[in-house]
Amino acid sequence: MGTEHELDHAIHAHTAELFIIIFIAIMLFLYLGTAFKSSKRHKPWPAYRIVFFALGLFFAAAAVVGPLAKQAHNDFSAHMIGHLLLGMLAPLLLVLSAPVTLLLRTLRTSAARKVSGFLKKKIFLFYLHPIVASILNIGGLWILYTTNIYAAMHHSLIVHFIVHIHVFLAGYLFTASFVYIDPVAHRYSFPFRSIIFILALAGHGILSKYIYAHPPAGVLQAQAETGAMIMYYGGDAIDFLIIVILCYQWYRKKGYGSLKQNGIQAIR
Amino acid sequence: MANGTFDKRNIYSGILFGLGLAAFVDEAVFHQMLHWHHFYDKSTTNIGLLSDGLFHAFSWFATIGSLFMFADIKRRGLFNFRRWQGGVFLGSGGFQLYDGTIQHKFMKIHQIRYNVDIMPYDIIWNGIAFLLLAAGVILVFPTKNRSLGGSTVRGNRT
Repeated sequence: MGTEHELDHAIHAHTAELFIIIFIAIMLFLYLGTAFKSSKRHKPWPAYRIVFFALGLFFAAAAVVGPLAKQAHNDFSAHMIGHLLLGMLAPLLLVLSAPVTLLLRTLRTSAARKVSGFLKKKIFLFYLHPIVASILNIGGLWILYTTNIYAAMHHSLIVHFIVHIHVFLAGYLFTASFVYIDPVAHRYSFPFRSIIFILALAGHGILSKYIYAHPPAGVLQAQAETGAMIMYYGGDAIDFLIIVILCYQWYRKKGYGSLKQNGIQAIR
Repeated sequence: MANGTFDKRNIYSGILFGLGLAAFVDEAVFHQMLHWHHFYDKSTTNIGLLSDGLFHAFSWFATIGSLFMFADIKRRGLFNFRRWQGGVFLGSGGFQLYDGTIQHKFMKIHQIRYNVDIMPYDIIWNGIAFLLLAAGVILVFPTKNRSLGGSTVRGNRT
């Protein structure tokens, strides 16, 4: 617990931050380059998707480097805001930026076919199942906040890294398994996705209230209460967006499908 | 043929919206503005926490989903305001009654207000629930027979 250890920790953390910033810069560069190349050959890649991608990266980065990430070490509310950004908002924005679609339309046909074949592998089908993605996402959070992993995260850089990667990836899988923007190998019905989504949302809300009553090890009661409410209402706010998109996709599909049968009414 | 489905769908959309609306008012007015309800009450049972979580999630989804249902009925020209409104009363009354009896009393999620004699609050709360339900029943059921024959004509005019 000496200062030497802390200094060592700080240096490692600093290297990790630099690595993350470089990684994010490369991602942004790749997406922009691909969008630019694709726009020359096909019709222009929508600007709003580029904005979504950049914002998604920004919010993900804000959770792991910079002032918010620093404050999250001893402030549970800051930690919660960071997690909402990393596990919910950033994944939603990145899903909306349709990276797979962009990749597939930019690659040559043979390469694109290989990629889409790869994405049809059983393992992706498994992880993109709404129930599996929900368990990974919400179940992961339950484990994080009800065991001593939360405390361990602040002492070990590796645990810290794994937890944050998991929160982000599980958040992305979760969003992509409910909101179909990129092509998916297996589409689940709207009622099925709705029911699973409601259960996942309930799991998130119940965990928030559980944290309110039972703070994770090392978190003060008052901080846990504020943090829990941020998780509860912040989660609702981002889930609102997901529900709107999910329902809007239903509404549009309904329009294409059954309005054709009642042609006359469709015109009205 | 399909109109019978949409007749019902008017009511379903209304019920889901009413449920969501009541939950939203509960959250906005009693939790946030008045601070009467507590976010967490130490006497909450585990089943209460589960019920509260499921209901909150369901009503949040229902509020949004019901409005898309509403838009879908509307674009088909099959919207029936009376039935939809009846559904809203049924949904909000149903939520109010469930919240006021099972969630507040049996599961002890939280009380309507703290440090007061709770009896009048409970009576008014559940009384309102019954009034809403009664209004819903009146609006939904009398139109049932009339609409069976002529719902297409009436529906298309809207």
